[in-house]
Amino acid sequence: MAIKFKDLFKSSKQEAEKIIERHVESHAEKQAEKAEKHVAAPQQEDGTKEITKTCPVCGTENSVGELWENLNVCKCGYHFKMNARQRIAFLVGNENFEELNGELVSENILDFPGYDTKLKSAKLNSHEKESVVTGVCNIGGYKVALFVMDAEFMMGSMGTVTGEKITKIFEYATENHLPVVGYTVSGGARMQEGILSLMQMAKTSGAVKRHSDEGNLYITVLTDPTTGGVTASFAMEGDIILAEPNATVGFAGRRVIEQTIKKKLPNEFQKSEFLLEHGFVDSIVARKEQKEVLKSILSMHVKSEADGNFYNSFNHKGGNN
Amino acid sequence: MTAYEKLKTARGKDRPTGADYIHNIFTDFIELHGDRRFSDDTAIVAGIARLNGEPVTVIAIERGKDIYDRMKRNFGSPNPEGYRKALRLMKQAEKFHRPVICFVDTAGAFCGVEAEERGQGQAIAENLYEMMGLKTPTISVVVGEGGSGGALALSAADRVWIMENACYSVVSPEGCASILWKDAKRAPEAAEALRITAEDMKQLGVVEKVIGENKSNEEIFAEMKESLYKEITALQKLSTEELLQQRYNRFRAY
Repeated sequence: MAIKFKDLFKSSKQEAEKIIERHVESHAEKQAEKAEKHVAAPQQEDGTKEITKTCPVCGTENSVGELWENLNVCKCGYHFKMNARQRIAFLVGNENFEELNGELVSENILDFPGYDTKLKSAKLNSHEKESVVTGVCNIGGYKVALFVMDAEFMMGSMGTVTGEKITKIFEYATENHLPVVGYTVSGGARMQEGILSLMQMAKTSGAVKRHSDEGNLYITVLTDPTTGGVTASFAMEGDIILAEPNATVGFAGRRVIEQTIKKKLPNEFQKSEFLLEHGFVDSIVARKEQKEVLKSILSMHVKSEADGNFYNSFNHKGGNN
Repeated sequence: MTAYEKLKTARGKDRPTGADYIHNIFTDFIELHGDRRFSDDTAIVAGIARLNGEPVTVIAIERGKDIYDRMKRNFGSPNPEGYRKALRLMKQAEKFHRPVICFVDTAGAFCGVEAEERGQGQAIAENLYEMMGLKTPTISVVVGEGGSGGALALSAADRVWIMENACYSVVSPEGCASILWKDAKRAPEAAEALRITAEDMKQLGVVEKVIGENKSNEEIFAEMKESLYKEITALQKLSTEELLQQRYNRFRAY
């Protein structure tokens, strides 16, 4: 029951208080109902409760097991979040992934209050040392350098170590003439590292440029959400930019814009479909098609199927390297 | 002065704005307009001019003088077309081997619906990407507020300088305090924690030089003219490979 402000103005103070009280009560009831629904998961045969996830779009209760088999995508097509290791597992298989620079760890370089605790809980929460995992792998028979950001680590924010790992993987790929495939998810630059996190935008861009100048391919896959300093640097610098359906991708946060313009924004604002329409994304690719699409794109950038070498300014002219 | 007081000074109305630096340091300034894609962003004033007789490309973020000018200039918050105009003129400078000098003073890139529709993030990303490989010397001076990606988009340069009372930050202290502590009033605390002052920038190695302000504006302009000329002359002695390698190393160090 929504409050009618007209009624409030017309009524006496006591009446107005009653209206508000009733509203609060009905709101609380609704919340309780919702919470109950959420907790009351379907019972499995052996009597143990199954963990489910409610789809925010269609409301379906998805069992976590089923969801995982469907790559964390609801039957209605809604893409649930995925952490870095899950993405690597579905994309290339863990045994096919060789992690690089996994030992690099963030420190509280500016002695920012509360950052030590945040880092600790981020590590516990995500089981990662940083907000990005980097390495080399094989996608559909093609060797590529891969980075996958992780929203479970401080919302994928970009600290100096995040920037360092991304820079290093580009440098590695440049040296070894490898294409880079990058999955982005990020709240932006990491405030707790101050200006040094901002500098990562220039640092990573420099590495992407060098990789590109050598004729190498870079594909980004934007996932929900990719915002701020990551959008304004390597996420938007791919030769080919793909995005997951319905992912929020933008520079400024939605709330900041709403505060600036003092208006509510429509739901579709800053979604990948919106970016496609405005010309900032090459294609929207559903999760279960990503591997095939990546493979197909990679295959169109090799010199010949036989040797699997990628086109770049050196081996293009010089034959086999 | 505390960090927050310094930021307030940096935002002060009476400080010289970007265009003041252009008009007082350079001669024969010809403003060049437009990004050739969409429109002309008046939050960025740019063109060609002479520095001690030497042709250069100058680009300044302009906050505006009075309230009408400020509104016209969107209070110094560029839209994507502003960054694209800057990039167009930087590429032009590269073609004609002119050095590029940028003056940075912005609360940040504009946060609006149209800015997002036209790819604010992509515009900044492209500037960073191209500036990291621009085959001509570049110097950026943060003269007021260096607000996040919107400031960095003109600061991926060979040399970055900052005025004594200017600030440079990944996020406004107000924004930081309201995100981290849900209380924008704790901005002064955030300003200290974020390390945003010119002195901090020098300590953290983000700038090569802090320009003193304890003198008249005329003296500041004269000194800056001399330093810019000296530095540009030195950078021009480097080969393109050396220049680009040094720029790469400069940012690689963070």
